[in-house]
Amino acid sequence: MSGSPSTTAIPIERQQMSVDIAGVGFGPAMGGFLTTLSRHLLNKDGTPRLESAVAPGMPLQVICYERADGLGFGVSGAVTRARGIRASFPGIDLAQIPMAAPVANEKLVYLLDPSGASRRPFTFRVKDRLIRSFASIFQLKDEAVELPFTPNFMRKHDGMIFSLGQFNQWVSEQITSSGVVQVWPGMPVSEPLIENGAVCGVRLVDQGVGLDGSWCNGSMPGMDVRAALTVVADGPVGAAGRKLDSQFGMPEGHHQQEWALGMKMVVELREDSGLEAGTVLHTLGFPEPEIFGFLYVHPDRLASIGIFIPSWLKSPVRTAYRYLQHFMLHPYLWRYLQGGALKSWGAKSLQESGRHGEPFLVGNGYARVGEGSGSTNVLAGSGVDEAWTTGVHLAEAVIELVEHKRSFTRENLEETYVRRRRVSWVDKESKIAADARNGFEHGVTAGLIGMALAGITRGAITFAPRTRRSDSSSSSLEMRYKDKISPAELQRLRDECAAHGCSLHDRIMDRCGWPSIPFDGQLLISHQDALLMGGSVQAPPGYANHVVFIRPELCRNCEPKLCVEMCSGQAITRGENGVPAFDREKCVYCGACLWNCTADDGKGNIEFRAGAGGLHSALN
Amino acid sequence: MSNAYHIIVCAGIVPDPLQTLEPIVSPTGPSLKNEMMLPAVLDPWAGHALYEAANLAAHSPGSKIWLVSAAPKAKLQQVMMNVAQKASFELVAIDCPANGFADAHSVARILAGAIQAIPGIDRSRLVVFGGWESASRGAGVTMQLVGEHLKITDQFQGVDQLSVQADGSFEILERIEGGRHLVSVCEGPPALLGWATGNLPEPKNNPQVGMANMRTVMPALQKAKAAPLSQGVRYLSVTPPKQQRQTRIVKDRPADEIAAELLEWIAQD
Repeated sequence: MSGSPSTTAIPIERQQMSVDIAGVGFGPAMGGFLTTLSRHLLNKDGTPRLESAVAPGMPLQVICYERADGLGFGVSGAVTRARGIRASFPGIDLAQIPMAAPVANEKLVYLLDPSGASRRPFTFRVKDRLIRSFASIFQLKDEAVELPFTPNFMRKHDGMIFSLGQFNQWVSEQITSSGVVQVWPGMPVSEPLIENGAVCGVRLVDQGVGLDGSWCNGSMPGMDVRAALTVVADGPVGAAGRKLDSQFGMPEGHHQQEWALGMKMVVELREDSGLEAGTVLHTLGFPEPEIFGFLYVHPDRLASIGIFIPSWLKSPVRTAYRYLQHFMLHPYLWRYLQGGALKSWGAKSLQESGRHGEPFLVGNGYARVGEGSGSTNVLAGSGVDEAWTTGVHLAEAVIELVEHKRSFTRENLEETYVRRRRVSWVDKESKIAADARNGFEHGVTAGLIGMALAGITRGAITFAPRTRRSDSSSSSLEMRYKDKISPAELQRLRDECAAHGCSLHDRIMDRCGWPSIPFDGQLLISHQDALLMGGSVQAPPGYANHVVFIRPELCRNCEPKLCVEMCSGQAITRGENGVPAFDREKCVYCGACLWNCTADDGKGNIEFRAGAGGLHSALN
Repeated sequence: MSNAYHIIVCAGIVPDPLQTLEPIVSPTGPSLKNEMMLPAVLDPWAGHALYEAANLAAHSPGSKIWLVSAAPKAKLQQVMMNVAQKASFELVAIDCPANGFADAHSVARILAGAIQAIPGIDRSRLVVFGGWESASRGAGVTMQLVGEHLKITDQFQGVDQLSVQADGSFEILERIEGGRHLVSVCEGPPALLGWATGNLPEPKNNPQVGMANMRTVMPALQKAKAAPLSQGVRYLSVTPPKQQRQTRIVKDRPADEIAAELLEWIAQD
């Protein structure tokens, strides 16, 4: 669809409900917040310890809304040191959480290019030739070199491997069984309610409306849930967080320009795969030098395997699904994966700006926690534990404020929540990591050197920060492939893809020598089969499209259409007259379209609203 | 006469059917692989029964709905977060195993016992709803057995519509073969209806309903009594259904040819 439905122009009487604290999004950050807060709401005798202002005599009324249909439908296989998480559950063996395993064996692996199709810069070509020439010295095996050590800043040696879906499900059971807070899945928050510069609650999405948001008989306006404090934890592409950014702006010098799309599969390994639970593999070098990969082994022969496609991969037809298949087929990994079966699949955007992407953490009536608040450590490649800990900080601040009968003003939240965060390990480590990835703007080799320097010197030596805005859409096709495909042939490929309504990346990758994928119906399957077999994507009726092309005329002449190429679920396709078409029944809410669109002078031409449905997989 | 009903909805839970379900034989008998890891949902047939109950209650002032469910407490709690915003009800929770291999006689006895133990339940106003079948196994006998335990003789299965007549009697449409319905009339309560899909859409999520329900749901879960199922049935063997998936993209092929190929493919098995 295109254009903006004008639902707000119609006078609508909305129901209202009042609570003390309204939460947006249920992930690790909200888990940390609610876990901590829920333990302090009641005294041992059952009387309120923190009394509600909206329901006197009752404990604080705390309610949290999650967009996805289930609280365990998050997407992220995670390896984490779990320092903050462990501190929240003293005496509990985290390995009891389904699919959790202590890290037992961690390796950093450099993958060479077995296909000859990877676009390797000069330094990588030299390195590869050197390794192949002295294969025995480098212990080259299966087109890969296991590095003798994992840099300290990357190590998760004392940590845990989680399925974030199972972890979230487990945490939500602990929280809701207390009976003092409510968490509602399948209930997207449309936007924060902002009055006189203060946030005073949230508005839930309208139900029973058409795909364009139009009203009909039986439509139900989204309720206004008014709250003294709104906790925004809806991740990097959440509608509430982005509304706050657009309303209040970003702190001076801060930006959210670096992104990555993480795509993963959960695989049931064959019985004799040889991989033990607790194994962690970090990879670099393949399928493209800019693409990092991972493999984490859970108990019961399950493994999470995936890649990250960063915004600094300057390909105008970058994609994730096909790269993921080539990654799995690398000889070093395929020896483990062959004979395995797909159990789950998913994708999500990662906010990779780290500390530079930190928005205003608090304001009158609101606080932000988790990935959307810039908590991810981009040097360690760690976000779950950091997000959890920011939620704990906020909960401790809320307890302090309510106990002292102080209101949730910006000053009070600064003094309690932000102060705690600033003196914590999360903040100290994020300072070290702040400029670790600056080098990637100069190329992958510089980027890796920059990361190593920042890690070794604890942030003292880094590449200089950029002075220009990042252009995530990168160079033209002609520039990118000038040494492989002629402009005339590129134009022919473009015309063919436009005529057939398909994306370009497959054709380009074929032409660049990437081998075809030998589909086996178990693990190597078509993209659409992954949606059905691995994600079971759902789109409940009665909700408006959440991806909107704001000014269709800008899309018509946009080439190549990165929103189509990068769409994780093939939900965005080439539509009529050059305007992309959106099919919400395939959308997995990864949000890649949002940051891959740089139309309208870099502002982007896509509105990514709150919506219902998405993946139905709890194994991710 | 007053049309205020005491509506009981017997509602089992099943693993989200969108997950990959893999039958296995565990030390305690047949089950699904990693069943406790799978997200659960209200049995879809029972879900329709709940929506019909909400509709009946909405048109019959003074009515009240109890949702009676026998399932592992942790899973039931998870399911409540998905359904408690859809209709007002009071939960009667029974903490017991729930899977596709549970003995229907044992489940029915537990459900009937829980219904009879509800304080203030009035048999003269009692309407028992449930799913016609269970999505997890489709034995299709649990509701009949519940009715027998409760000594309710007016029982209807595969119900698609209930209309309350002016004299308080029920006109009920039951599915029969050939896409037709059998129309029956009974005096009214007590009656038991095993619902098919009914005609109502899934209600919209109402946060106020959810918030009000949760004030009783969590205490009900906390005081849910454990009720182990008896081993009335012994499975000699269980064969997982064969899953096949063959994807092929063929454009512009006549429907007759597609149908013929499908028939040929089915006949191979």
